[in-house]
This record gives sequence, C-alpha cells and structure tokens, in this order.
Amino acid sequence: MAFTFAAFCYMLALLLTAALIFFAIWHIIAFDELKTDYKNPIDQCNTLNPLVLPEYLIHVFFCVMFLCAAEWLTLGLNMPLLSYHIWRYMSRPVMSGPGLYDPTTIMNADILAYCQKEGWCKLAFYLLSFFYYLYGMIYVLVSS
Amino acid sequence: YALFTCTYKCLYVSGDSSSTTTGSASPVPNSYEYVEGGGYSGTSLQSPPTSVPAKQAPPFGYNYPTMHPAYQQNPAPRPDSSPSHGGYNPPGYQPYSQVLTLLSSALGGLGGVSELEAETLRPVNLLQERNILPPKYTPPPEPNLSNDLRKVNCSPDTFRCTLTNIPQTQALLNKARLPLGLLLHPFRDLTQLPVITSNTIVRCRSCRTYINPFVSFLDQRRWKRNLCYRVNDVPDEFMYNPVTRSYGEPHKRPEVQNSTVEFIASSDYMLRPPQPAVYLFVLDVSHNAVESGYLNVFCQSLLDNLEKLPGDTRTRIGFVTFDSTVHFYNLQEGLSQPQMLVVSDIDDVFIPTHDNLLVNLKESKELVKDLLNALPGMFTHTRETQSALGPALQAAYKLMCPTGGRVSVFQTQLPTLGAGLLQSREDPNLRSSTKNVQHLGPATDFYKKLALDCSGQQIGVDLFLLSSQYSDLASLACVSKYSAGSVFYYPSFHHVHNTAQSQKFQKDLQRYLTRKIGFEAVMRIRCTKGLSIHTFHGNFFVRSTDLLSLANVNPDSGFAVQMSIEGSLADTSLACFQAALLYTSSKGKRRIRVHTLCLPVVSQLSEVFAGADIQAITCLLANMAIDRSISSSLSDARDALVNAVVDCLTAYRANGSNIQPSGLITPAALRLFPLYVLALLKQKALRTGTSTRLDERVFSMCELKCQPLLQIMRMAHPDLYRIDNMTDQAALHLNESVIPQPHLLQLTAEKLTREGAFLMDCGSVMFLWLGKCCNETFIRDVLGYPNYASLPSNMTEIPELQTMYSERTRAFISWLLESRTFHPAFHVVKDDTSAKTSFFQHLVEDRTESAFSYYEFLLHIQQQMSK
Repeated sequence: MAFTFAAFCYMLALLLTAALIFFAIWHIIAFDELKTDYKNPIDQCNTLNPLVLPEYLIHVFFCVMFLCAAEWLTLGLNMPLLSYHIWRYMSRPVMSGPGLYDPTTIMNADILAYCQKEGWCKLAFYLLSFFYYLYGMIYVLVSS
Repeated sequence: YALFTCTYKCLYVSGDSSSTTTGSASPVPNSYEYVEGGGYSGTSLQSPPTSVPAKQAPPFGYNYPTMHPAYQQNPAPRPDSSPSHGGYNPPGYQPYSQVLTLLSSALGGLGGVSELEAETLRPVNLLQERNILPPKYTPPPEPNLSNDLRKVNCSPDTFRCTLTNIPQTQALLNKARLPLGLLLHPFRDLTQLPVITSNTIVRCRSCRTYINPFVSFLDQRRWKRNLCYRVNDVPDEFMYNPVTRSYGEPHKRPEVQNSTVEFIASSDYMLRPPQPAVYLFVLDVSHNAVESGYLNVFCQSLLDNLEKLPGDTRTRIGFVTFDSTVHFYNLQEGLSQPQMLVVSDIDDVFIPTHDNLLVNLKESKELVKDLLNALPGMFTHTRETQSALGPALQAAYKLMCPTGGRVSVFQTQLPTLGAGLLQSREDPNLRSSTKNVQHLGPATDFYKKLALDCSGQQIGVDLFLLSSQYSDLASLACVSKYSAGSVFYYPSFHHVHNTAQSQKFQKDLQRYLTRKIGFEAVMRIRCTKGLSIHTFHGNFFVRSTDLLSLANVNPDSGFAVQMSIEGSLADTSLACFQAALLYTSSKGKRRIRVHTLCLPVVSQLSEVFAGADIQAITCLLANMAIDRSISSSLSDARDALVNAVVDCLTAYRANGSNIQPSGLITPAALRLFPLYVLALLKQKALRTGTSTRLDERVFSMCELKCQPLLQIMRMAHPDLYRIDNMTDQAALHLNESVIPQPHLLQLTAEKLTREGAFLMDCGSVMFLWLGKCCNETFIRDVLGYPNYASLPSNMTEIPELQTMYSERTRAFISWLLESRTFHPAFHVVKDDTSAKTSFFQHLVEDRTESAFSYYEFLLHIQQQMSK
C-alpha cells in the first residue's frame, strides 16, 4: 500500500467534497426558506453570497491537484462543472461584492426555481463524486 | 366553534394555519409579511411561464413588397361609417366579407356561443380590412358573468386581466400562446370609496383573503371562500349592517356589495405607530444646476403648494443641498433665519446636528419660507461643477432612518464625486445602431443597495433628472425602482431656452407635491387556488413570493404581474384575484385598500381568444420585453415581440378558424394586436436604427414599466383626431357644454391633409399639427393669429378666445384631459418646422428608413407564420 501523491489527492478531495456537500445543502435550505417566506431576500443574499466564491475556489483547487497528480479521468469528470462555474460567475448581475444572488431579482419565480434545481443537481453530483473519490482512493492505495 | 370564532380577534397568523390559537400566545410579529398574513403554504413552484422564445428574424428592409390592390385605395373615410362592424371593405371584395359575416352568424347560432362572443370571434382579414381602429375609445372586454356579478366586479381602470376568460389548464393557455397576467392601478384616485370601520376585519382563516362580493354564503352564519374554498364563520358583528341598520343580512354589508373597499386597520396591522408624513428635498446646486434655472421653478412651486402638502400637524420637512460638499439647513423654530451647515467630508458623511434638520412644518413654516425664498439667490455665483450625489443620498438616508418618508432628489448632471460616482458610458456614434444597444443596465449596484436600505426603513426616493448631457439614468433610476419611487426626466431642461420643459416641470411639480401619498405600505396579491404569480413588474421591492414592499405608494403608478396556472381550474367556474394594499395615510391612519376581480373560467380555446383584452396584453408584453432587453439583449426582446404575434396568430389559425386563409386572419378581439406590437417596436425604448439618446431610451423603459395602462397605451399608440372640422354629430352633452367627438384616426400620414389641423394625444405630450393650407378661420378663431405664416414656431398653448370654434376646441381638449393627473406638454407644430419630426415619429403605420410600415409588418408576420 504505497501512499502516493494521487492517494493524498483523493483523500483531500474526499474531505473537501464533504465541505462542498455541506454548501450544497445550505443552498437548498436557504432557497427553501426564501420560497416559504421564512426569511427576507436581503438577509438571505447576504449570507449566501460570501459562500459562492469559496465553493468555486475549493473545486478549482482540487481540479488543479488532480492535474498535478495526472489523474486524467477524474479531471475530465470535473471539467464540465468547472466550466459551468466559470460561466455562472461571468454572467452574474452587476454587484460590487462577491456573489451571484441579487436580492431584487432573486424572488422572481423563474430564478428561484432555477437556483433550487441547481442546488439539488450539485448535491447529487457532489455525493456521487464523494463515493467516486472514495473508490479512487482505495484503488490507488491498493493498486500501487 | 367558539375557538374558531375567536380567531377573528387576533389577526396575526404567521403564515400557516397551525397557530390559530388565542391572541396572547401568538408571537410578536417582527416583519410586515406576518402582520399582513401569509399566503398558501406548500404551493410548489410551477413550470416555466409562457415566455416567448427568441428566434432569429431577418433584418429589416430586405424586401419591399407591393401592396395588395385592395389595400391601396382610401381617401379619408366617411365620417359616419358604422363603428361596430369594423372595416369598410372595398367593393370588389364584398362577397368575401359577406361569406365571413354569414359564417360568423352561423357559428353564433350554434353551440350556445353568445352574441358578444360571436362578435369578438369574427374573423378579420388584416391584409384586406384597412380600417380596423375603432372610431372611439372602446372599453375593455366585459367578462362573461351574470349581471349581478358584473355590476359588483372591480373597475377595469383598477384591475385588468389580459384574458377575461381564464383558461382551465396550463395546456390550454399554452395553446393560445397569449400571456396571462394582471395589470393593477391599486392606489388610483377614486371618487367613491366605501370605507369600513368595523372592529373585526373578516378574513378567511387559512388563506387570509378579505371578504369580498364573490364569496358564497352557505347559511346565515357561514361563508365559503372563493379562493381556497374553506368554510368560515361569520362573526357576530358582521350580522349587523350599519348602512341599512338591519340585522341578519350579512350579504348586504358594504364589504360584500363592493369590490373596492377600504378598511381602517387596527393596531394588529401595525409594526410601529403610524409614521407622520416626512418630506426631504435633496437639491443639486452645482453650477450646471443654477444655469438651468430649475431652482427658481422648484422653490416657487413649493412655496405655492406648502399648504397643500398631504399631511397633518405632525408633518415634517427638510432640505439638503449638494454640489461637491453636502449642505444641511437648521430650521429650528426660534432662529431668525435658517442656518446652513456644510459637511465637506464626503467619504464619511455624518449628520451635523441631531434635530432641527427635519422640522415640523407647522411650527417652522416661516423659516421654511425664508429658506425657499433665499435658496435660488444663495448659489447664483457658484463655481462648483462637481456633483456628489452619492454622499448626499447617504446623508439623506441617515436623516430619514428613524421615521421613513419621502425623499425627492433633483439632479442635473452625472454624479462625479464620492461614492456612487458614474462614468459617461454612452457613445454618441452608436445612437442609431441597428445592433445591440449597450449599457441598458446599471453600472454599479451602489444605487440599488441604497434603494434596498431605504426600502427597509420605509423611505421612498423619487428622482427628478433635469440634465442635458448623458447622466446614466440606467444606474440612477435604480434608486427609485426598488424603493417604490418615481422617476421624472426633463431632457435639455433650461428655464429660458426650453420653456415647454420648464412649464411641464412646474405643472408636474404641482401634481407631485399635492397628490395623495401612502407610507410604509405593503401589497399582496392573492389568487384562486391553482393560479400563481411568478413575476412582478413595477417600482417596488419583492419581499417574498407574493408580498411587495412599497415604501411610498402614489396614485400614479401602475403594476403588472404575470401568472401561470399550476393546478387545474376545472372544478370551479370562477377565478378570483384580490389585491390588498396596507398603508399609512398621510394623516397617520392605517388603512387597507382591497380590490377584488372575478373572471369566468373556460375550457374552450375559442372562448379564450374571445375574451382577450388586447391593450392589457400589449402592456404586459411591453413589460416582458423590457425585462428581456435588460437581461439579455434588445434584439432578443424585439424578436420575442414579433414572435408573440406570430405564435398567437398561428395558434388561432391552427385551432380556431376553418376558413382557408389567403390573408392574415385574426379574431376581431385580436385585430389590433399586430398594430400595437408594431407601435411598441417603434417606441423609444425598443427601437433600433433611429438615433435615440441612451437616457431617453432608459427613461422610456422606466415609463413603460411603471405607468398605468391607459397612459402606456397612449404613449405607444397615440390618439389622433382631426379637429378643424369637428361637428356636433354624436357629441357629448355634459354640464351644459357640448363636447364634440371626432373619430380616432389611424396613425399614418395618409390620414393627414394639408387643409386640416390634427391633434395627437401621446399621454405626456400633445401635438397640434397644422397643414400648410390649413383653414384660416381655424387659425384665426382658435389660435389667434391671422394666417399660417404668422404662427410662431414654438407655441405651447391654445389661447382662450371667445369664438365658438375656440370654445369647442378647448372643450374637447379639456374633456380629454379631464381624468388625467399629469397634464401633458402641448406643442403646436407647423408643417415646415424641425419640430415636425417628433410628430411624425408617432405615426407608427408608416415606413421609416429603419422600420416596417404596418402593411409590410403584416406581410412579415404572414411570412413567419408560413415557415
């Protein structure tokens, strides 16, 4: 059982994906609170916006790590999400601070529905990648 | 039942029906949505709305087809052509139209279609019938309800739906390809408003809807809601009818007899004691501002109207002026003259003294008058050219935080200093570009964030922009859009060089200062179960899925909402909508104004088409197009508008008529649809290819989103009348004066003649165009000049002469202006002056170098339909 750099990458990715799953669940709960009028949009956006960039940066971080570890398959599977993140951030509304969500437009039913769907899809993706990294880590640990 | 009846005493239900226990145990509400009462819990959000897809359209002007021969004729129409049966068909096509009328009357006899519907479903071939415009203003279509329901239904001026027959399912709505939405004017000035002062306001337990004329009383003591179908109890107090002083007839009470009522709200509806009226005026006093001379007009206007500001003894007023620094005025009661305090640290503006900047109007009236008299003179020699609008607004926010109220900002240039400074983004060379127009959205979110902060503290910000250069209205307008304020724009304002604008500013100020106002308001729109609202248009902040937060509410703003059908409406025959506006009046009373609209539900596509209200559809499409042009691009929005017409007419052809079309067939209810959409495409907001200044374009977009429906329709499709040969035929006799009723003319130069004088009513501006050979009697008797050549080129009003001609003309014009709140600017346009371009721009049926004529547009649509 050799402890290679790739195994280390997978382990780190496993931990970080747990954090990403947490973010995705937070998003889902936040939008549900908005929809059921439990919180007002300004406060909710102020809590959600600071979490956007950290999530994206964490994901970029382990893409870079997989690049360094030459794990091409894993990198390939993460590429669509990376490009989606880049597109999403480029087309965000004009705002001075970091973030994606504008309190004046977030209550629009289309945007709210879109964000909720996005939350669920990301949660599914992160869960699947969690198990994939687990498998990958064991594979790398065992096979070298 | 005792437990349930006592719920009427405690009116804070926090959004779901589980907390309907006794009042003392309820939590203290901490925000307005709880106070007003929740909507449905657990309604899931629905499928995407019937938004129009964007398609690629071929560029304009690629094909100039020849006109259909039947279309080409037309001398001026006979003045007494019968109005109700639409077109004047050319002789060669008599048989065709006869076939059509026979067929429609045959259809009318079958299947129980009412006469009204047969008329609205009568197929109209737009390529052949030239005169589709009704000769007079036609009221919106009446919903197909029983007579007593129709009588109590909400007035269409207040509450209007795009489809007066609501489709039963979303699938049916999609088949019709028409948008479903409501257009509201909830705080409109009303002459008659029943005010209810009972202790309990009767509302449904679960959905919190107010009692209205469309509930059904099951027996003496119970009533069934029409929105959620729950059965509720009638409280004891309700059994007594104060109007007829009788007992035991709850259905005769005024709440149940009128669909527009106002309730006096108890303290359950207040989060804090009702605020007093607080007015703050933030004035630009840079060199530019003083040059333009607006300060004189403003101070004089305010002095004249100081007594008439809505409010009571607690009304407060304050002034802030700014150029490169911010100035406050201490107006304390005992001072001999107002004291100016200058704050030059604009990066961190602070309030110099705690009180006396916003003073009680009654107590300090003399000081306020002194200040207004002195203000114009104080800054005549100023050399400051910078403008620190951002810091001034921040200061205003800090001043008004404790109470809330209204801030009126007067700005004459681009803000160049301090927070929120803006750059000039407009490229003058791109004004007439046919491609995308850039910079329609805000450059910075400073103003938006400020507006949201203000909205949270119940401060409404109104913006008056009086500049001649580019001032990035796209960013500045955000400060009013989200704090429920209004935007006023006077391009090229100058008190000497542009007297028309100056007069308009003065008249607008008078209306603005004296109109009714409501503070700390929230509005909620509820619909029958199965319908849901998904997008809101207008100046407010959407606080939750159906609650709108309006810091100020005024009688001149309109709102629009788009709806979708989530569930099926198959088990009900009536759909109801209720808009409830909770506000504090200027006298400190908490009121709730409730409007209820009831419409029938139908299951046939033809009935959906028959009930289409084309003006409401046009306004809703305008709102949607503006949203699309800001979020995606202007050309997408234009394509979407054209596709809306194409899709709708294709749907009609596919499902409705069984006549093989050789022309463009529409039902009579929708015959004006292509014309109105063409008019929208030629509006300043949406046009391409014609030189349009960016600020004017953005202002036109703001107007389309927040004006009430009638004003928007006049803006988009102005009314044109010939007034030099008005007869008394069909004239109205009101109050001993005879008001002639000339016919509405189509907006094409074909209808203008050199011998005539024509009046065009565009809502905010009116043009009187005189042909070169205009009747000299008319010029002499109505305008006061001996002949055409002696008319000055910038006349802005009709003199009051004692001739009969003049009286008739003035009677007609004042009748047109009767129910208007903002008086339009008036221009007399001679045929040979440069001002005539602004007149001719409004003739939407004509071809310009960058846009279709009406006929070409119809052919374009026909071509798209056959793809």
